[in-house]
Parts: sequence; C-alpha cells; structure tokens
Amino acid sequence: MKTVKSQFKFKGGVHPDYNKELARGKAIERMPVPAELVVSMSQHLGAPAKCIVKAGDYVVKGQLLGERNGFISVPVYAPASGLVKSVEPRFGPAGGKAPAVVIDTTAAAPEGVDATERTLAPLDWKTATKEELLARVNDAGICGMGGAGFPTCVKLNPPPGKRCEYLILNGAECEPYLCADHHLMLERADRVRLGVEIMRKILGMPAVRIAIEANKPDAIAAMEKAFADIDGNVEIVVLPVLYPQGSEKHQIFATVGRVVPEPPALPIDVGCVVENVGTVAAIADAVEKGAILLSRVTTVSGDAVAEPKNVEAPLGTKYSDLIAFCGGEKGRVAKLISGGTMMGFAVSTADISTTKTTSGLLLLSGRRVFQYSSQACINCGRCVRACPMNLNAAEIAKAVESDDIKSAEDAHVMTCIECGACSFSCPAYRPITQFCRRAKNSIRARIAAEKAKAAAAAAK
Amino acid sequence: MTTAILIIAGIGLAAAATLAVADICLSVKEDPRIGLVTAALPGANCGGCGFPGCDGYARALVAGTAPNGACAAGGDACAAAIAKILGVAATATEKRVALVKCCGTRSEAIRVGDYNGICDCNVAAATAGGDKGCTYGCLGYGACANVCPKGAISVQDGLAKVDKRLCIGCGKCVAACPKKLIELVPASATIHVLCNNPDKGPTVRKVCGVGCMGCHLCERNSGGKEAGHFTFQGFLAKVNYENPPTDEQIVAKCPAKCMSVDPHFETGH
Repeated sequence: MKTVKSQFKFKGGVHPDYNKELARGKAIERMPVPAELVVSMSQHLGAPAKCIVKAGDYVVKGQLLGERNGFISVPVYAPASGLVKSVEPRFGPAGGKAPAVVIDTTAAAPEGVDATERTLAPLDWKTATKEELLARVNDAGICGMGGAGFPTCVKLNPPPGKRCEYLILNGAECEPYLCADHHLMLERADRVRLGVEIMRKILGMPAVRIAIEANKPDAIAAMEKAFADIDGNVEIVVLPVLYPQGSEKHQIFATVGRVVPEPPALPIDVGCVVENVGTVAAIADAVEKGAILLSRVTTVSGDAVAEPKNVEAPLGTKYSDLIAFCGGEKGRVAKLISGGTMMGFAVSTADISTTKTTSGLLLLSGRRVFQYSSQACINCGRCVRACPMNLNAAEIAKAVESDDIKSAEDAHVMTCIECGACSFSCPAYRPITQFCRRAKNSIRARIAAEKAKAAAAAAK
Repeated sequence: MTTAILIIAGIGLAAAATLAVADICLSVKEDPRIGLVTAALPGANCGGCGFPGCDGYARALVAGTAPNGACAAGGDACAAAIAKILGVAATATEKRVALVKCCGTRSEAIRVGDYNGICDCNVAAATAGGDKGCTYGCLGYGACANVCPKGAISVQDGLAKVDKRLCIGCGKCVAACPKKLIELVPASATIHVLCNNPDKGPTVRKVCGVGCMGCHLCERNSGGKEAGHFTFQGFLAKVNYENPPTDEQIVAKCPAKCMSVDPHFETGH
C-alpha cells in the first residue's frame, strides 16, 4: 500500500467556493426517528420499486416496503417501525412524482406483531460465494450513494467478457459544503476497509485505487492507517482540488489515466468500477452484520442553518425535520438546495424527504444567493474552457435555445455530465447546464418513442 | 451564326424529346383524388389528425384507412367537401378547441419560488415541479404557446389563454403541457371548470384562491347527479362534455370561483 499523487489532470474544471469549514469537524450525529417518514419507492436510478404495503398496515423496521422491479432496480425497506398512513405520489427533489409510503412512527405496534427489527443473516464474506455476496448487496437495498443512485449489484457484476481491473473508491467529495463522505472516511475507516475487501472478492481481486482530494489530509491519513496492512495492489491517489474531480469519468482519468468513451459506454468498458465510500461502508455492514441500508449520512450546512451538522438520518426523513434537528433556520432562507451547490436541486419546500442519494441539504441566505437574469451569449468561450467533457457548451446552449435539438445532439450533448461548470463560469449568467439537460431529456424521450414505435411494429 | 442557332436548336429538340419519353415511361400514377382532397383540406399541416400534414391525411383518406372527419381544423364544411370527392359519408364532427383548465393567475395562485431559468414549462416542471404552489396548475412559461401553429395561445398574468377563433383544435398544446391541463372541448360548450387540482379543499385553498374544492354545488345546482352534467375526479369537478350544462347561473354560484362562462380569450388578430 502506498500513497501517490495523481499523474493525470483532466481539461477544464472550475474552483467554486468550497465553504466546507461549516460542517467539517462536526462528528456524525445519529438523528432520532422523526414522527413521520415519507419513504419514496424511487430512491435509485432505474425502475421504482413495486410497493407491497397499503394504508393501515403496521410495518416493522427493516420490513420490505417495495420489491425490486426489474433488472436495474433495488428493494426499499421500512427505515423505522410504524403505521402506514397512506401510499401516495410525492414529489422528489428533482421534480418528478413517485409513489411514497407515509409512515407514522409514533403508532404503537398492534398485538401479536413481532416488533423486533428485521435484519438479514450475517454472512462470512471469506467463505461466501460471489453470487451470495451479490445477492446480499441487492437484498440490503444498496445503490450508489454518491448521487446518481445506480444499483450497486449491477455495477459489481460486469457483463460476460468484461473484467474489472481497477476498483476505484470515490472519496473526492468535490461538491462545495458537503463533508458527509469526508467524515465517513474519518470515523468509519474500518467499515470502508472491510467493504473494499468484500468488493475485491466479488470483482475478482482487481487493483484498488482510493481517490481523495488533497484538501482532506486527515481523511488520507485515516485511510492510510486503515489500509496499512492490506495485501495486494492498493494505492491511495491524492487528487488535485478541482471541481468536478468526483465525477466518475474524471476520477477514472485522474487515477488510472483511462478515458471512458462516449455513452452508452460505461466505466466497465475500460475495466474500472467506481464506488462511493458511503456505498462501500454500507456493503460492509450488509455483509458482516446483515444490516439493511436504512439510513445515510447527510451534510446539513449553509449560512442559514443554526448548527451545520453531519447527520445520519433514517431514509425518508423530511427536510423540515432535518433542519429542526440542526437547530432550525438562522435568519431568512433564500434558497434550499437538495445536494451540493453545483449539482444539487433547488427545492421550493422542505416537505420533501431524504433518499439513499441525499448527500447534502443546504440552506443559503440572501447573501449567498445571487438573483440574476440571463443575457445573450457574448462568445467569450469561458464555458468551453471550463467544460471537463470537452464540449462546446456555448454552441449547444444556443442550439437548444432555438429548439434545434439535432444540432445539440451532433455537438455530443449526450456526453454532458451536468456538472454545472459552464453555468458557473458564464459571465452572461446563461443557464447552460439547464439547456443541456433539456436537450438530453428531449433526446431521451425521442429515443424512447422510437423504441416504443419499433416494438409496436415488431408486435404487429 | 447559323451553325450556332442550329446547334442550340438541336440540343433543345433532343432534350425535349428525352423529357417527352421520360414523361411517358417514368410517370408515377397518382390517384387524382389525392390532389383534390388535399386542396379541400385547410393546408395548415398542423398534424392534429395524426397524419404527417394535410397531404398525408389526404392519401390515407383516398386509401380508405382514415375516417373522414378527423380534420378538426376544417370542420364539417371540409368533411362535406371530402365526402363529395370520395363519395363516402362524412362522420359528423364538432369543432373542438383547447381549454386551459386553470385560472390561478399570479394574484390568485401563490408562487413558492423565484424561477429564473429557461422560459419553458417542461424545464420549469423538471425543477422541483415548478415554482407554483399548486403542482397541478398552469406554470405560465408558454410551452403550449410555443407549439401552437396558429398563434392562438398567449400567456397573460402567468396563465395561458386560448383564442377560440384562432384555435383549430390540433391538440399540439395538449401534448406539450407538462401538467397535462389542456383539454380539447367542444367549441359550443360555454360552461367550464377551470381547475386541475384533485386534492382536498383545504389543501387546494392553501395554494390557490380559485381552486376547485369538490363541493358538488355545481352538480346540485344543475339538477343533481342524475342530470349528469358533471363528473368528479377526487375533489375536482369536471364538466361532462357529452352532456354539458347550459344554465349559466351555476357559474356565479360556484363558491370557489373556478367556473367560467366562455373563458376563451380573444387576441384581436
């Protein structure tokens, strides 16, 4: 095991204000179960889980609420015991509605119900087979906890003919304000180590690269200590501080120097699997203790919250409860962001609940939020220089603005990772990322419509 | 001089002969009725019939694969003209126009955020459901107005309005609206419920001053449930356009003020 500096620097990137000192150094606090939980069936990428409970049912902590629904999907469990008040569509942070189970956790268990927490049987990872471990990862409801929420068991099971050569641990946490992964590495280094050993076994002993940005020297030290006596090809790679260093593709380039081709290519096509440190710790718990993923560490920060904290809250905790746990609002909140400032979603209400991918909740005051109206592109090229995916963001935005989705597609808008570096650097305050997202959504809708049409024709 | 004239004349003759032969040998036999039917259609190429433009619909009509009367823009006169050409019976159609089922203007419906991104409803709706407190209501960023081939829709006070005279009922706005609150209704119907929120009364009242509470008063005032002028979806009244109410008194009696007599706006084009 050794620590090395990253040999590769990707093109572009920006340096936003990190503001990490607000929540840095605040040890992870476990939040008590709030009176009401709203557990979404769509906490991951892919098909939402199929809800199997109904209003009036009493559910026990760890009981299955939603079944896995398709190949790219993960099950959802009850984060706490309580009475199901209703099953209804609720808004998620990104704007779409998905069915959610509303649980009243203050209700007492009816007679005859065994109210002890449901867990899975602990597995000995050294003797368990790869299939058993993979099934466990899925049964525990684990999906990528970095942000996208890709089902982990799919990622850990490369398609035939493809081999994982590098397992990359994503501890970059390049989003401003967020410290959840940082503290997880500091406080649960042993979990991360065990998770890595289990994943190495599942993936057939690939080399391991632990990628951490240089602004977290204590996390690097903690990882060095935890992995000191590990055998095999394991390296800690210290990455330069640059946004979006935590993006999967940029992390692969920064650590092993490989470039992931355009979509639909995946990291496994260049022999890499990238996992967030939170996911790795969850895998360790799921295998060793049989623990189901029922909570996650979320950073509640910003200059409009009384006490910024790193909170381990049950999944489905409403933002309003999270804010109350952190001492409430401080002054007037001008903007509430689910996630980080660069890739997070501004939300208009605190009546939204956390999911497996909620890495942060930011409350910003008017001093931190800038009211602007966007103007015409002045062709300065700053977005082009900032784009880490080598896209001509200005041209794409102009094409989308005039409804020319085809030109945007020709300019490879589908490779856009929506990191926000272009909008961040635009002096005319143009919502370039939003334009790209719009183009991507309409292209995806068109492809889906074409597929449906082809399927209908084939059925005929 | 003479040689030049002869050469040019010769080339001309040869080319003319080639064209004459090509016209005979390579001509595509087209049913003459297609041209006639196309001429009878409005020529707006709106796509409302489900075919690619008026020509596409005309071909389908002549081939007998489309019903006569699918052209909402042309209406009965057009269907009658086509019936004359093709010798088929016209299915009677009523002109349908778009209706925006929301009356929550900026002063009536609360906005919970300041949205200053791209001015398009679909993008705004993808940002935490939009900035309107009512998640079912019109966002007013004009996705419908942008796709309207006739310029019949304009956004006023944060609300899309349809000009009934210009609307050809093509249904493009219906497909473009992310909130799915535009409906094609018979042009003759005058009484409408301008709300799309099926939530309970108190929930609706929190976000909008003119939202339907599902009190059933409109139904009671129009002859009760047996009369069948209204249907209810959750706590939302819907006009049964198969059997629309005619008594305009019920509009004034609506306690939520979400009903209207002929809400269509005239642009003055």
